[in-house]
Amino acid sequence: MELDPVLIGRWQFGITTVYHFWMVPLTLGLGMLVAVLQTIYHRTGNEVYLRSTKFFGKLFLINFIMGVATGLVQEFQFGMAWSEYSRFVGDVFGAPLALEALLAFFLESTFLGLWIFGWGRLPRAVHLGSLWLAVIGTWISAYFIIVANSWMQHPVGVEMVDGRPVMTDVWAVLGNNTAVAAFTHTIFGALAVGGSFLLGISWYHLYHRRKAGIDTVGADGKVIVGSSKELPGRDKTDHAVWIKSLRIGAIVGVLAFAGVSITGDVQAKLMFDQQPMKMASAEAACHDGTQFSVLTIADPSSNDCDGVQNIFEIPGLLSFLANGDFDTPVHGVTTLLPEYQERYGTHIPDDPRYGDHAGEPIDYQPIMIVTYWGFRMMIGFGALAAGVCVIGLWLARKGTVPESKWLSRGFVLAITAPFLANSAGWIFTEMGRQPFVVAPNPAQLDGVYMYTQAALSPEVTPAMLLFSLISLTSVYGILMVVELRLITKYVKGGVASAMPELDQTNTKPTITDNGDDVLSFAY
Amino acid sequence: MEILATIWFVLIVVLWMGYLLLDGFDLGVGMMMPFLSRSERSKRVLLNSIGPVWEGNEVWLITAAGAMFAAFPHWYASLFSALYIPLTVCLLALIFRAVAIEYRGKGHSEKWKAFWTWALAVGSAGTAFCIGAMLALTTIGLPLNDHGDMIGGAFAWMSWPALVGGLGGLGFSLAHGLIFLGLKTQGEVRARSRRWAGRIMLPAAIPFLIWFAFSITQRTWLVIPVLIAIAALIFAFVAVRAGAEKRAFILHGIYLIAGLAAVFAGVFPNVLPSTIDPANSLTIAAASSSDYTLNVMLIVTIVILPIIIAYQIFSYRMFLGRIAETHIPEAHKLPVAIRS
Repeated sequence: MELDPVLIGRWQFGITTVYHFWMVPLTLGLGMLVAVLQTIYHRTGNEVYLRSTKFFGKLFLINFIMGVATGLVQEFQFGMAWSEYSRFVGDVFGAPLALEALLAFFLESTFLGLWIFGWGRLPRAVHLGSLWLAVIGTWISAYFIIVANSWMQHPVGVEMVDGRPVMTDVWAVLGNNTAVAAFTHTIFGALAVGGSFLLGISWYHLYHRRKAGIDTVGADGKVIVGSSKELPGRDKTDHAVWIKSLRIGAIVGVLAFAGVSITGDVQAKLMFDQQPMKMASAEAACHDGTQFSVLTIADPSSNDCDGVQNIFEIPGLLSFLANGDFDTPVHGVTTLLPEYQERYGTHIPDDPRYGDHAGEPIDYQPIMIVTYWGFRMMIGFGALAAGVCVIGLWLARKGTVPESKWLSRGFVLAITAPFLANSAGWIFTEMGRQPFVVAPNPAQLDGVYMYTQAALSPEVTPAMLLFSLISLTSVYGILMVVELRLITKYVKGGVASAMPELDQTNTKPTITDNGDDVLSFAY
Repeated sequence: MEILATIWFVLIVVLWMGYLLLDGFDLGVGMMMPFLSRSERSKRVLLNSIGPVWEGNEVWLITAAGAMFAAFPHWYASLFSALYIPLTVCLLALIFRAVAIEYRGKGHSEKWKAFWTWALAVGSAGTAFCIGAMLALTTIGLPLNDHGDMIGGAFAWMSWPALVGGLGGLGFSLAHGLIFLGLKTQGEVRARSRRWAGRIMLPAAIPFLIWFAFSITQRTWLVIPVLIAIAALIFAFVAVRAGAEKRAFILHGIYLIAGLAAVFAGVFPNVLPSTIDPANSLTIAAASSSDYTLNVMLIVTIVILPIIIAYQIFSYRMFLGRIAETHIPEAHKLPVAIRS
């Protein structure tokens, strides 16, 4: 069987990128929440917030390192597997990557080191400031990488010189409206992840406090907080850690959903304008119309419009999403296809740089089943996560959670919902960009685009791509199991897992013979 | 117009020097994890000597690669795609190194600790080898066609420069790590590191010295920096023997800087020579981005790099002082609040 290197290369990029973006939103969202918790502790001196900072801070670090480790792959693989792409876009695409390293990565890694090892060593305000700088670093890095990605969705700020885009306006690149919308959308998506994480884990602990008989409820249903002598760290303050974290997490989750909805709407309107084929494909909208599809089915073996059946649609809604009114028809695939073909041709040019794909007909329509369901899974899982937050807030209104194993399992499982929403959103938007790796921008810069088939490294063979696909995927798989098991272990340990001083069974730290204290934290 | 590209060439060389100088000792310490001492406490001394700073050091690598992409996209594209297989290995090594540092102490069984100890050692060694090989290859050359792509298959990069650079990267990092441990630790670890450093640093330097000396064949006057490198190495060796740890560390750094300066001055204005046809060699002019991009990046770098260096120095100063086994807290038993 002849292996298509473009296909393997895309799978390799897709797998490594989606995987990387499981760590990233948790880093972005949870990091901010931990910084807020430590700030409250700094302001109030309330031990509850010290404990929640340490506990969630530990989980943050277990996850953070995986984001760092898998992020290196991201930076290297543009050059390794997609050298033609790198050559084509380097003048404009490399800059945000280099800026990301200079402005963000140094900041986050240096100050995170100070934060991890600085407990009890740095002045308290400096220690708190270190965490904030690290978290701001992660947000800055998100901005620059989204600037780079948005340039692939909507190129701006360049002109073509000798067949390559050359940057002429860095502010246009940095201020790309696509990037501003995508960044805010991503940040809210990350906060939803952080919120659900706090909610699910706090729920789990409150349930186990009840199950162990530590907390009970009175006749009015209000919690009666108890404390346990046997279980390390299970005192009254412990209850406050979880109920406060639960509420903070749930409220952040709901607000984040409001945020993703608003920014998502802005993004969708831009996308209808900038990448109409992507949105038509997301809606399975074969023909022009105003109706939003609630359910559409099609023959999954083909990607053409003939087999598509719209089962249930809401008239006017699609127009509202695209234009803000109810009656301007949105162009469907059958209208857009000839426009694309007229502008960009019907066949890939007969040029050796396209390899075996030279002269092939171009399919301008993204894989509809992926874009359609990716879009709906994004919205569906996002709404589910927010719904769980609202239900969680209500059920925990009397200071604890119901003593139900299934509810507890459900809330823990619900942590995955915003992760899935994030992944689905990215898969939708990246698959929806096809067949272009750099999508054209007909309104401003029509000549700047690149087909994915032309982007691969010319001398890299399917076997080489398979080598990295298989080795990275298996290592990633193993590390995922390791990370999840560590997180589970530290969650089950409770706050005392991050604060050994709470655990009476632990030996006290020793004082060294030369009078120096032992390190308050050591690997 | 080539002034900007030249400045960026120098900056990228500086970034690679920074990476080898800083992460070099992290990698060396990582490699010594299974070997310097059997005791768990000593191993934790090693780990904690680099604990707060290694991640900031690794960013020099990310920045070097990012700056190559931004300033010399053709260099980045040609080199990284040619080294597809070794860089995949390098990435796996970097992944294991990073995860090992963070995860080793978070498990509690002997097997867990032993696994991550070896993951750290092998990951560090793999990284040092691959980066060394990559830098040697970019200065001595690869079989590039007229499009800038390496021909001859996935392993066409295998050549004496790859071996010399790889072994050199290993040797330098190992020696640098041992000298660093002498500087940063106290007690048994310090004494052993000094002994090891004295024994291995001269033989470990041989591959890099071959690479450095090759630059003399390109430009005869480069004999001067090469001699400086050799002198610094010898004085570093003397300092290690005399127990002057700080001096040894600085001199060992000067040895690297002088040597890399010779190597990259030798290859200039090429960034990646072709071993097939000199006409296919990538030069700074052909590989670089537009002046506009180089200018923007330069302004940002001039503003931000001093700030980065300032806060990295601040971070090092915060963790100044030697680490001894007595500083290492008892590994705490992980409590279990939820038993199910």
